[in-house]
Amino acid sequence: MNSYSKLQTCWLVALRFLIGWHFLYEGIVKVMNPRWTSLGYLMDSQGWFASLFHSMASNADTLGVVNFLNEWGLVLVGLSLIFGCLTRIGCVGGILLMLLYYMSHPPFIGSENLFMMPREGSYLWIDRNLIEIAALAVLYVFPTSKVFGLDGYISNFLKNKPSKAI
Amino acid sequence: MSEENKTQQEEPASSGRRSAIKKLVSVPVAGALVYGVYKKAQYDRSRRDLGDMFKLDPVTPPSAKEISSDGKTIRIGIIGYGIRGKQLLRAAGFAEPTVIDTWKEAARVNSNDTRYRDYMEQESLNIAVTGVCDIFDTYAEAAILSGSNINREGSDGTFGAQPKRYRNYKELLAADDIDAVIIASPDHWHGTMAMDAALSGKHVYLEKPMSWTVPETYMIRDTVKRSGVTFQFGHQGRQTDSYLKAKQIVDKNILGPISLIEVCTNRNDPNGAWVYPIHETANPQTIDWKQFEGNEERIKEYMDYMQANGLARYVGPEARDRFDLKRFFRWRCWWDYSTGLSGDLLTHEYDAVNQILGVGIPHSATSSGGVYFFKDGRTVPDVLQTSFEFPGNNLTMLYSATLASQRSRGKVFMGHDASMELSSSLIVKVDPRSTRYADQIAKGIIKPDTPLITYVPGQENVDAVSSATELYFAQRGLLYAYVNGKRYDTTYLHIREWVECIRNGGTPSCDIDAAFEEAITAHMGTRAYLEGRTMYWDKEKEEIVRG
Repeated sequence: MNSYSKLQTCWLVALRFLIGWHFLYEGIVKVMNPRWTSLGYLMDSQGWFASLFHSMASNADTLGVVNFLNEWGLVLVGLSLIFGCLTRIGCVGGILLMLLYYMSHPPFIGSENLFMMPREGSYLWIDRNLIEIAALAVLYVFPTSKVFGLDGYISNFLKNKPSKAI
Repeated sequence: MSEENKTQQEEPASSGRRSAIKKLVSVPVAGALVYGVYKKAQYDRSRRDLGDMFKLDPVTPPSAKEISSDGKTIRIGIIGYGIRGKQLLRAAGFAEPTVIDTWKEAARVNSNDTRYRDYMEQESLNIAVTGVCDIFDTYAEAAILSGSNINREGSDGTFGAQPKRYRNYKELLAADDIDAVIIASPDHWHGTMAMDAALSGKHVYLEKPMSWTVPETYMIRDTVKRSGVTFQFGHQGRQTDSYLKAKQIVDKNILGPISLIEVCTNRNDPNGAWVYPIHETANPQTIDWKQFEGNEERIKEYMDYMQANGLARYVGPEARDRFDLKRFFRWRCWWDYSTGLSGDLLTHEYDAVNQILGVGIPHSATSSGGVYFFKDGRTVPDVLQTSFEFPGNNLTMLYSATLASQRSRGKVFMGHDASMELSSSLIVKVDPRSTRYADQIAKGIIKPDTPLITYVPGQENVDAVSSATELYFAQRGLLYAYVNGKRYDTTYLHIREWVECIRNGGTPSCDIDAAFEEAITAHMGTRAYLEGRTMYWDKEKEEIVRG
């Protein structure tokens, strides 16, 4: 039976908490600010998919849906990672969100001059979003939430339920 | 699941309690986050208290009155259908069909281009264009077409009755089926036409500047006042909500004593420097040059002043009666027709300041500048600096203009306690050496030099706590424009206010007194430039006097 060393476990759990914190707080800030909208960010999109993001922003209804999904998506991914609850689903959700951010603001050569939004840091092809995507993928393949999280209870519950039924 | 089981640590069956503790290891992390969010919210609340200290009320432009739908249709005549005339008629709801075509196409190509939608959503003013006058046939025909574009349609649309074309503005003023006129002629005709219109009992919307010569300035004021017509002067900035907000900020003394105001013009293209295209159909047959020359009385006032003060070098150089296409289309470049940077562009800036501070006519004006870039034979300068002194208000207003650089400089009001910059948005920053806010600065409640108040037009509330991103967009006036509220053209609102005052009584926001102050101020700046010395305003005698 393969197992992580203590150090490996420790850093995997820490990574899960760090990313979870990042997602959850980003979500909470947006949920708590009634005036928050992704309009500016979407309108600022560049690159191959820019028109897709612009079209999301162009209609008040779709914009409302995008705002809602983004705010609560961030909160749920954050909660999932911190509490180790349905963590793999959380990882996939986080990767999808991050992928959208990456596509909307791709760090391509010259693109830094096109964005209106101030960006901290200097990037060439690889940016924070991509690194966080990779980190989420790591968390997906090296899960820790069964021991350090609620997934242990969930899997026990799922395991026990059918056996009782028989 | 099986892979996960392989790689994950198996919990030792013996130690259930330890396993439970491990599972709940997230709790302190979540607790820390909740605590952090609570502290952050507390901090934001303290900042919001600060926001309350500077709480401002929502502003409504003077034109915000409801349009009286059952009211009488006002019949409009337009005099002058050049660049500004087209814009005014378009704002009033009568656009050139080709413009509608362009907007429709632009909206088709780019769904973010809402000019067409915005325009179609603009409420009808319940007016009809019944007469047009332009001395260039092509423009006059275009005016007839636009005036009949009652449904705001493109070239393939169906049009209404055509307004009558008058070749001389006096004939238009004599017409019975015209209640009110929009005057958008060249500067040297403004005053004469406005007076003649008022004398004919027509309500007047007059483009800026109010006058070309100083003597006519007094006559226009008297004539308009005596006539009792509804007069709106063409500074549509009166409807701009960031100006209205700025007035509130100044009235609440948030800035402290204001000692210096800087207003600017920065343009850097031939169009901005009045080098307009010359129309291909223009020739002595299609243009009534005689009428273009101007009113004889006005020309005499102009020549008398120029000659009496040794300023003949600024007259001409071409003879006034010589047909010249350049002078016809680019008349703003010559004093013979123009009021230069002072009359054309300073006036907007000054009127904004006058609207916000109510400074009135300055005590003195000193100017310098020259023709430094556009050496195309023009006599009016393309670079101009004028400092206006307002000792009664303890402040200087500095106007600084170039037509050969677009480096953006906003209107800045420099107060002892805070400064306010007005561009497409409004930003107030507290001064690090402020006396009034010294305590709050020392306690770290106010951070000097970071925006304390940010106001983005179209956004209802003033935001005292802006995120970096919001602020970034705010400074560029980009955010909130497409979603919240409806966006209006200020020229439309300005005309709308005028039309409603005609129908229901009342005085428009940019009245004849504001126009008089604007014109005298511009003339002081111009005379200071031409004569190369400071001009003073004698308040008692209401006269411009030399230093």
